Amino acid sequence: MSENKENINRRHFLKDGLWATCLAGLAGLGGFFLGKIKKNNTVWQIDPYICVACGNCATYCVLEDSAVKCVQVYEMCGYCDICTGYLEPEANPPDTGAEKELCPTGALKREFVEDPYFEYNVDESLCNGCGKCVKGCTIFGNGSLFLQVRHDRCLNCNECSIAAACPSGAFKRVPANEPYLLKKVDHA
Amino acid sequence: MIRIVYIIIGIAVLCISSGAASALERFPPPEFESGYEFPSTTTPHPQQDIYEYIDAIVLLAALSLSAYLVLRKRSRRAIFILMVFSLLYFGFWRKGCVCPIGATQNIVLSIFDNSYTVPAVIVIFFLLPLVFALFFGRVFCAAVCPLGAIQDLVLLRPVSVPSWLESGLRLFAYVYLAAAVLFAATGSAFLICRYDPFVAFFRLNGNLNILIIGTCLLVISVFIGRPYCRFICPYGILLRQLSRLSKWRVTITPDECIQCSLCEDSCPFGAIRKPSINWPATEYESGKKRLAVLLILLPILILFCGWAGSGLKKVMSRMHPTVRLAERIHLEDAGKVEDTTDASLAFRATGKETETLYAEALNIRANFGLGGWFFGGFIGMIIGLKLITVSVWRQRTDYEAGRASCLACGRCFKYCPMEHARLKKIKEATI
Repeated sequence: MSENKENINRRHFLKDGLWATCLAGLAGLGGFFLGKIKKNNTVWQIDPYICVACGNCATYCVLEDSAVKCVQVYEMCGYCDICTGYLEPEANPPDTGAEKELCPTGALKREFVEDPYFEYNVDESLCNGCGKCVKGCTIFGNGSLFLQVRHDRCLNCNECSIAAACPSGAFKRVPANEPYLLKKVDHA
Repeated sequence: MIRIVYIIIGIAVLCISSGAASALERFPPPEFESGYEFPSTTTPHPQQDIYEYIDAIVLLAALSLSAYLVLRKRSRRAIFILMVFSLLYFGFWRKGCVCPIGATQNIVLSIFDNSYTVPAVIVIFFLLPLVFALFFGRVFCAAVCPLGAIQDLVLLRPVSVPSWLESGLRLFAYVYLAAAVLFAATGSAFLICRYDPFVAFFRLNGNLNILIIGTCLLVISVFIGRPYCRFICPYGILLRQLSRLSKWRVTITPDECIQCSLCEDSCPFGAIRKPSINWPATEYESGKKRLAVLLILLPILILFCGWAGSGLKKVMSRMHPTVRLAERIHLEDAGKVEDTTDASLAFRATGKETETLYAEALNIRANFGLGGWFFGGFIGMIIGLKLITVSVWRQRTDYEAGRASCLACGRCFKYCPMEHARLKKIKEATI
């Protein structure tokens, strides 16, 4: 009987020891991260200088209406009449009223400013993030149109589905207090 | 006319630009005469961090409440209500992100990748349920996890799974955990998030394949209680092991078990352990021999599986985008494929050296070789330990909720006549 009791005690001792070890381990893990963690959360963003506007953003986002939209940095825009981000390469002459727009959803709109300049705006409720205009603008124009994750829409998934499908590795985790990677005017 | 303009532009572009991706001011912004001012680009901010901390506080509150309801109040109905709340809040309202199951990967990644720092909230989400498991058992699974809740809600016609099948299927969860850790540690992918079967329901949108898997799992959940929790969930493995040691735990009755066997079939998750038969003295000798063989087998199993795991490095490393890209570039350069992919085009546009890419890919593959040893060794160890535990005889006199398997759902409480007596619904419980 006494042997049996001792047995149970030993088992209890081992169990308690293991329990304390686990607790210490968890506390240690917590402490380890306490020194390392950032107060700020991170969010996903596209580096526009790496992005190749492949079109995956339009289809891979878990949202039906992708969180990636085209943005315009106006200071970089050339305000061209014949905009390679707005019109198809073989578009009809602008006076025919039948010129072909690149944007499949008609989200890129233009507004006359003064002769011969036009302001180009993105209607985010229509934009699907396909990047067709971005390609046109980057290859032939100033590159003022580019794709960005819009954080009023983004769910900030732990693993961004678009990031997993991004061919150029343009998706990055950035600090939530600086959530955009906008292109800068390059006067070089 | 337009064509000519384009040709001129094209030639100009070719002359000016060195790389297509770089932004150049080919057309300097005009100086407007009409006093036009540049509009500024809008940058809508992400949700404030404060919401993340609200999540952490809700998690703490829900865990505490769950522990109270499971261990003190002992009310299935209250647990159920908390479970529905968690499903609505962590699932449909917060869209299932961030969750402790996926947080495991962030923790692993931040240990192996110094440039990645894990946000405080994720650390809290990872650690809190584990600490609670160490004190109160799997109260997180009971009523806080939205993935568990969505399966528990549809469990209408539970059928029991034989215990050999249950143990066998559970091996998958260990493999999944090991794989998730391996892929997170090498920075390849967040497997748990990518194949989260229910997050598509929470977002009411998602990848078709995942939606199909999720729907199948939900249909299975109608008959087999919580299949994800029992056979797939990698975080559940951690909770299992910690809840084995828990200070307090679910008891079918807080009073004495009268071995009426009424609770025997009450658990849809097969977590109720029956009283054991007497010491099988006749099998003692053969049992001892078997145990000795298994103990010797354990290191052999670990080494063999580790070797096999490391041998898988070529296949497994393809999960990493850099390795995939390097293999593709290699195929293209060797002339084995004609076409190009977005990724290979993007890589060539950067003008990086192919050799550096190959070196990077080989480095990652070497990491997988090393990680594969741990990956396989872990699986071998689990198989070996499982064989040992089935060969060890353990004495049990009462009906008990299995320390590791019990999800603390509280279904068995009302099956116990002692519970009815305790609640003064009947005078006395007798067999």
